[in-house]
Amino acid sequence: MIEQIFLAEYGRAVSVLTRVLGDLDLAEEAVQDAFTTAAEQWPVKGVPPAPAGWIITTARNRAIDKLRRESKGREKHAQAVLLQMLQHQPEEEVGDVPDERLRLIFTCCHPSLALQAQVALTLKLLGGLTTGEIARAFLVPEPTMAQRIVRAKGKIRAARIPYRVPRDADLPERLKAVLAVVYLIFNEGYFDKEALEAEAIRLGRVLAQLMPDEPEVWGLLALMLLVASRRQARLRNGELVLLEDQDRTRWNAEQTAEGQDIVRRCLRWNQPGPYQIQAAINAVHSDPPTDWHQVVALYDQLLAHTPSPVVALHRAVAIAETEGPRTALREVDALDLDRYHLFHAVRADLLQRLGEDPAAALEAALERAEHPAERDLLRKRLSLATANQQEHPDQHDQDHHDPQPGGHSTGL
Amino acid sequence: MTQKYLLSIYQPDGEAPPPEVLDPIMANLRELNEEMQAKGVWVFAAGLHPPSTATVLKAKDDDVLMTDGPFTEGKEHIGGFTVIQAEDLDEALEWGRRLATVLNMLSVEVRPVVGG
Repeated sequence: MIEQIFLAEYGRAVSVLTRVLGDLDLAEEAVQDAFTTAAEQWPVKGVPPAPAGWIITTARNRAIDKLRRESKGREKHAQAVLLQMLQHQPEEEVGDVPDERLRLIFTCCHPSLALQAQVALTLKLLGGLTTGEIARAFLVPEPTMAQRIVRAKGKIRAARIPYRVPRDADLPERLKAVLAVVYLIFNEGYFDKEALEAEAIRLGRVLAQLMPDEPEVWGLLALMLLVASRRQARLRNGELVLLEDQDRTRWNAEQTAEGQDIVRRCLRWNQPGPYQIQAAINAVHSDPPTDWHQVVALYDQLLAHTPSPVVALHRAVAIAETEGPRTALREVDALDLDRYHLFHAVRADLLQRLGEDPAAALEAALERAEHPAERDLLRKRLSLATANQQEHPDQHDQDHHDPQPGGHSTGL
Repeated sequence: MTQKYLLSIYQPDGEAPPPEVLDPIMANLRELNEEMQAKGVWVFAAGLHPPSTATVLKAKDDDVLMTDGPFTEGKEHIGGFTVIQAEDLDEALEWGRRLATVLNMLSVEVRPVVGG
């Protein structure tokens, strides 16, 4: 119970207290104090009728106590904040508190902060994750992560990064940064950190609730839901399973339906953007057999929005299905993506389908791939390819399957 | 309540660009400074002579050591600076962006001043 309330209310409580106190650290400390008190009292006294309001009121009272103690010394700032708080003391135990999380999100994702700092702050202040949890999720030592967070908070305070929703003129750019942070958190959870994936979806829902008129916010939520819906089928005993070979009964029907539903709503909106288009591609994959012509058309649209060789690579995968591997290979070879493991994995598959030896391309992919699950899959394909070549040195291999490990857009 | 920010201008070492390049830039810079003054944002601004004209002092024991030249030799040096007062970082960055645009290709570092 308290855990659920923590998940649902932590970010909101921090956002409200930050506005009242004008300081992130004070706000966080007060909210944590309030939850500690709740953990002690609720099991004995029962959960209050409006738990969110209770948390915020308790946190506010804790902060006032602390400021009282500090202002007995000569802490000017504490005195000023205390005075302001006492003047604006609201009615007791508010049930319906204003949602300040938007301000908090935009502060955490301020473009003057490094992307890693934006991610860490968002997870900590909005998601309520501990520094240790965030450090483990991103495989950095806890002191490093702690330092990163302290530094970012120090910059917010000293440089006066404003605590507000950006004005309309700046909103599109600033929103892009927020969505990028949430999507990065999601991708970090893609393989084996389900908690991060779930957290990103939760943040996506918060954004959709706070900015219901922004189609790209819904597009991102739909994209995450559709990719996540295949999680159980995507990994079998830690091994990556390609879309074609996935056991569809293991797809999460509820997430698929919700994602497709949102995609349909976005289509009616008719204000396409990169997240909505990627969601639409995944919606097509979620409705097998995949309509590859539609996928190609969607990639054309995506390329028009975000011209990038990675998008072109994914498009080529779809082209292989509609126009054959030869055309696709020609398009892939024109891309400047030598450092990207999927570039070589896709080439390997196309070569194989054309009856050529994919071993060199697979080795190149293996050299560049980092994730164990991807490496395993590549190694398996490499040993199959080598065996094949030895058995039938002159025969063309017509084995036909989806040519990638990894990559959401191609629909894992 | 406003906050002061130092906008430092970093430029590559070496010769200044020829007048036909420099003059329009300086004219735009003057215009921007005037706009800052009109809006009550401007606090102070200065352009600096090259780093080769600098002298560095450092106290050691009872003595103060004197060295010819800039404090650090790098590929870039601070060529000038502007101090502004703004509501918050967003406003300061907006002015910083204007300055960077005028100074085309030079980096502008925006840094809050301690104590307001």
